[in-house]
Amino acid sequence: MTTPISLETLPRHQAAIVDDIDWARLATPEARRLRELGFDSGVPVQVLHRAQLGGGPVACRIGRMTVALRRAVAGAIRVSVEPLPAE
Amino acid sequence: MEMPPLVAMVGNPNAGKSALFNALTGARQKVGNYPGVTVERHSGRLALDDGRPVELVDLPGAYSLEPSSPDERVTRDVLLGAQSGERRPDALVVVLDAANLDNHLRFAMQLIALGLPVVIALNMVDLAERDGLVLDPAVLERELGVPVVPTVAVRRRGIDTLRATLTALVGAPAAPVASTAPVEDIRTLQRRARALSRAATISETPTRRWHHALDSVALHPVFGPILLVALLFVMFQAVFSWSEAPVGWIEDGFAALETAIKGMMPDGFLRSLLTDGVIAGVGAVIVFLPLILILFLFILVLEASGYMVRAAFLLDRLMAGVGLSGRAFIPLLSSFACAVPGIMATRTIDDEKDRLTTILIAPLMTCSARLPVYTIIIAAFIPARQVLPFVGLQGLVLLGLYLMGIVGAFVAALLLRRTVTKGESSGFMMEMPKYQLPRLNDVAIGLWSRATIFLKRAGTTIALTTVVLWALLSFPQAPAGQKQVEYSIAGRIASGLEVIVRPIGFNHDIALALIPTMAAREIAVAAIGTAYAIDDTEDASGAKSLVDHLRGRWSLPTALAFLMWFVFAPQCISTIAVTRRETNGWKWPVFMLAYLFVTAYVMAGITFWLATFAGL
Repeated sequence: MTTPISLETLPRHQAAIVDDIDWARLATPEARRLRELGFDSGVPVQVLHRAQLGGGPVACRIGRMTVALRRAVAGAIRVSVEPLPAE
Repeated sequence: MEMPPLVAMVGNPNAGKSALFNALTGARQKVGNYPGVTVERHSGRLALDDGRPVELVDLPGAYSLEPSSPDERVTRDVLLGAQSGERRPDALVVVLDAANLDNHLRFAMQLIALGLPVVIALNMVDLAERDGLVLDPAVLERELGVPVVPTVAVRRRGIDTLRATLTALVGAPAAPVASTAPVEDIRTLQRRARALSRAATISETPTRRWHHALDSVALHPVFGPILLVALLFVMFQAVFSWSEAPVGWIEDGFAALETAIKGMMPDGFLRSLLTDGVIAGVGAVIVFLPLILILFLFILVLEASGYMVRAAFLLDRLMAGVGLSGRAFIPLLSSFACAVPGIMATRTIDDEKDRLTTILIAPLMTCSARLPVYTIIIAAFIPARQVLPFVGLQGLVLLGLYLMGIVGAFVAALLLRRTVTKGESSGFMMEMPKYQLPRLNDVAIGLWSRATIFLKRAGTTIALTTVVLWALLSFPQAPAGQKQVEYSIAGRIASGLEVIVRPIGFNHDIALALIPTMAAREIAVAAIGTAYAIDDTEDASGAKSLVDHLRGRWSLPTALAFLMWFVFAPQCISTIAVTRRETNGWKWPVFMLAYLFVTAYVMAGITFWLATFAGL
């Protein structure tokens, strides 16, 4: 069971997998840079930090890299959360 | 003379390319420019094991062969042999971050497909191992079909092997060359890269990484900004306190030189040209070298350690508010030392409008050339009174002038982004490099290149302007009974200018000082000093200090208006020149001059009249 949410709202340190990316919402150079940084469906991703409250960028871990993204871009990346270990 | 073979170093940003380049070439490197574009060309000589020389060129970091900034365009064009003024490389050193293989391998595959002889430097293997990642270079070699050498550039590990591999590669009969890369989309390549990276990974133990611990402080919503402000505070504090002694030595040195020349030469035009023109002018600029070097020391260390990107991350929200991105932080911070390197640092901003806006507001950051002007006026007119414990009024005014510049820059950015540089708000997408201890050698090389740029400027632009000013002040010679300062060409121009600046409270002395100050702001102090010194000898009233002269001749509203003028006025020929170069034309430097002069005039006028009505 997975719940689709976007990278923008993914809780910090929650392991997730990129489901798909809404390329149409992104400007062309932005979309290309995102691909070059390794964003693609099936790739594990994690939110590490969020800058100040009120819409600062998001720092996330993709592969073995840390990448900073603006919230609007993070919002275009849909992720699914791996089922949490039974509580 | 036949050119030696060209070897290009290429790789992703943050792969440790420059450190590897430094390790291979040592101090034998040259920084130039690619013709027609404003991208620096770093090159150096390297002797192969069999004694053949090769030229090594460090190409700008890129993520792919599809450029998204001027830097990346140069990288692609050089690799395809399409860059004017550069021959196509004979071999490539592809630098990969071992800890980031899955991402960097994709670009490496594109590069190998170009068909040039390639050696891969699997760099920073020590950091990867520290992170619990063990790789098998043999798997990479087999799958990619090119030699792979593990290196640790900063510790000189693997450098000899790399050079030996290059020796075998350069000049060897070329493999069948595919002149164009096979068309494969990024995603397919990326997936192949990820699969290959998995195949080459022997073991991967997740470890608690110390840079994550650092980041949880540096990027913390509350502690992060506090740390940033504290760092900036320490930095500016150091710039002023550490530079005091060396500035004194330089001043003493120039004074000694002047005395020596006066002792050797008879009084005359040539002596006056040398002492009043060249030494006074160039000396006034070179005293800032310590300040600039200390500021750059901090900037280089913050950059090399990986902190700078974190600062950009923290400030992105604030910058987005005025239509810029966090990336503008680095150029703007450099502009506190000097706008020239600051404007050059905007090259990393890929969005054109964003970059242009940053260039246009960079001169509003209080550069070190404004300091002597601020210092002397504050010393003359602002009483040294404590307003709070540890807070003096003079320091407060200085801080106010700095803040005025920052606020002015933000307001200007906001307005520019809505008018002349209107466009989509730019993005902010940056790889955050791992924290690293900066290497002394790399920092030293960086400082050295800044110092040379600065000294060249002092030796050319500034020297030339001061000679021209000296000539304008010395000719034609005043007949008896007339003041030389007013009779000279400069004096007559000043009288014309005075009509324009009179409404904002400026007098003839200031009008006179503003002319040479077009070359560089710091000349203002020297120009006023010279004018009063000449008056002194004519009145035979004995030598008075410049501060006394100012107090006697300027009103407080005039002094305040003068300070405000310097917050905004774009009086620096080097800034204009670098803006012309970076924007490829006269349109933007002319716009910059116009908008800043108008703002300076209006702000100085407001200050003068407010102060006058307030009865100051």
